[in-house]
Amino acid sequence: MSSFTRKGDFWAGLVMAALGVFVVTQAYGWDYMTEDGPGAGFFPLWYGIVMVVLSLLLVAGAVLKEGAKAKTVRWDDMRRAMTCWIAFSVCVGIIKFVGFMLAFGLLIWFIIAIMFGRPQRIALPYAIGGAVGFYALFTLALELQLPVGTLF
Amino acid sequence: MDILNGLMQGFSVALTPMNLAMCFLGCLLGTIVGVLPGLGPPATIAMLLPLTFKMDPTGAMIMLAGIYYGAKYGGSTTSILLNVPGESSSVVTCLDGYQMARQGRAGAALGISAIASFVAGTIGTVLLMLVAPPLAKLSLAFSSPEYFALMVLGLAMVVLLAGDSLTKALLAMTFGLWIAGMGTDLFTATSRFTFGQTELLGGIDFVIVAIGIFAVGEVMANMEPEKPLDMLPVPKGLKNLFPTLQDLKDCRFAFMNGSIIGFFIGVLPGAGATISSFLSYGLEKAVSKHPEKFGTGVIEGVAAPEGANNADTAGALVPLLTLGIPGSGTTAILLAALVLWGFKPGPMFIEDSPAMFWGLVASMYIGNVVLLILNLPLVTVFAQLLRMPGYVMYPLILGVSMVGIYTINSSVFQLCLLAVFGLVGYAMRKLDFPTAPLVLGLVLGDSMEKALRQSLMMSQGDLSILFRPIPAVLLSIAAFLLIVPLIKKFNSVRAQVIDKEA
Repeated sequence: MSSFTRKGDFWAGLVMAALGVFVVTQAYGWDYMTEDGPGAGFFPLWYGIVMVVLSLLLVAGAVLKEGAKAKTVRWDDMRRAMTCWIAFSVCVGIIKFVGFMLAFGLLIWFIIAIMFGRPQRIALPYAIGGAVGFYALFTLALELQLPVGTLF
Repeated sequence: MDILNGLMQGFSVALTPMNLAMCFLGCLLGTIVGVLPGLGPPATIAMLLPLTFKMDPTGAMIMLAGIYYGAKYGGSTTSILLNVPGESSSVVTCLDGYQMARQGRAGAALGISAIASFVAGTIGTVLLMLVAPPLAKLSLAFSSPEYFALMVLGLAMVVLLAGDSLTKALLAMTFGLWIAGMGTDLFTATSRFTFGQTELLGGIDFVIVAIGIFAVGEVMANMEPEKPLDMLPVPKGLKNLFPTLQDLKDCRFAFMNGSIIGFFIGVLPGAGATISSFLSYGLEKAVSKHPEKFGTGVIEGVAAPEGANNADTAGALVPLLTLGIPGSGTTAILLAALVLWGFKPGPMFIEDSPAMFWGLVASMYIGNVVLLILNLPLVTVFAQLLRMPGYVMYPLILGVSMVGIYTINSSVFQLCLLAVFGLVGYAMRKLDFPTAPLVLGLVLGDSMEKALRQSLMMSQGDLSILFRPIPAVLLSIAAFLLIVPLIKKFNSVRAQVIDKEA
């Protein structure tokens, strides 16, 4: 793998450039100027162009910069963070079916037992206590509605 | 006389039992989030914002502002005891505060930090009270072109001062503008960037982006393996927390220096508390009789930056309340809060909502006293929070974030967006993209587009309307601010090339 492809700036620049191109092409489809003044495409077209130019500068910087000055992506450091994000996303995904209390309880249990490696005698009471505590605080005390699932 | 009457009205609002309780709660929460590294006021305010929708807006604003300035008090505790700043603005406090703690003077360092914060926070509030009303009157002459130019200047300053890379800061800002542009265009009813989703027709709620980036993104970043922290002990007994008379005498210039620099740097969009604390520390060192001792544990090195980062919060409220222009991520969230509650921060804010403005000012006087009381005798208790394990704190943050988003309009789709923006926030941290320009672009994007389009409608498409005296000056300053670093960069590259050739 070339050294620049290991740099986060290179990939971030490419993603932002793609977004910029998308913004510009969408903006072309809307009115730039109307009889009443600037149309819906006026503002997005300009910041879209700025986005593309800046992104390409970022990519060029990552490719041309000598040495390892730009930050490289360290996948090992990111593993735990991404695991946490996946757990959070799964929790959000299952809320529709199992409701907030169960989904949130599972998330707490996963973080404590799996990610932090704590024993079940710590993880389970925290998971149950956390879910029940949220229900007591938000639903009973503050009268806010928590997500309800089709099963619970 | 107007100011005195306003202040009297403010105290009558702030001293009601409910608002006093909200002030205390805000200060307490602020101190806690200030003490905890990795959880800042933007995340906390964003998480709690949806929960305030059913509350009285004045009480809610008093509480959120309490979190904002309270965090500045708490941030110093971690800097002094752990050599890890609880808040970015407390970085400079580490230099002398931690050294004092290592020499057995943690009590004096914590004490002077609380006293300096109190003095500067109070002076900052006095200045806010004196500066905001005349500035609001002055800005009454502003119309769409002036507002557009002012917002461009605000964004330019934030971009200039956020992070090391101007390119990344500008990209973050354009990303914020893009999110702000999602939904139905109010001028032409065109759907923009909705990807065929009806949920996106109303645009993306600012709170989702703020909580995703600040709270969920922060939790993810904190999940990465870190070294365990080694905390120095806090001396027991209140008398060990009071600095000596000699300490107070040594710090008298630092108190004033921190207050004045902090306030005026706070007024400038983008500059923020970190820069003001660095500047006041630098000035304190420059005028000191013993500059060589700075960094080895001198008490003025704690008082000046701690004072500055507290006075800064009052300064930052000036453009927010009088012009409707926030200067940082946190004030952007406060602006969004005011708008969501139905207020219109800007030149007419003080006249239209005197109870809110003066109530907030009065609550800041009360809050500073509350924080002094909280932070002197209870610092040992707050220090114990640093022993709270991450596995207790992180699920709580994620849970409050989910509840906060769901209460906006009971939509699971918005929870999915929260997860997406959490990932965006984490990626931005990993790739050193500053978050403040994104949040400001998002908050100001809609108003900026509206102001620009209204200006061009007024002039029938003629761009010369943006070159009337006030907008021309403001836009020239913005262009200058963005061009200067490029010239500097060009010169440094040129110098490197010349060096290599030589």
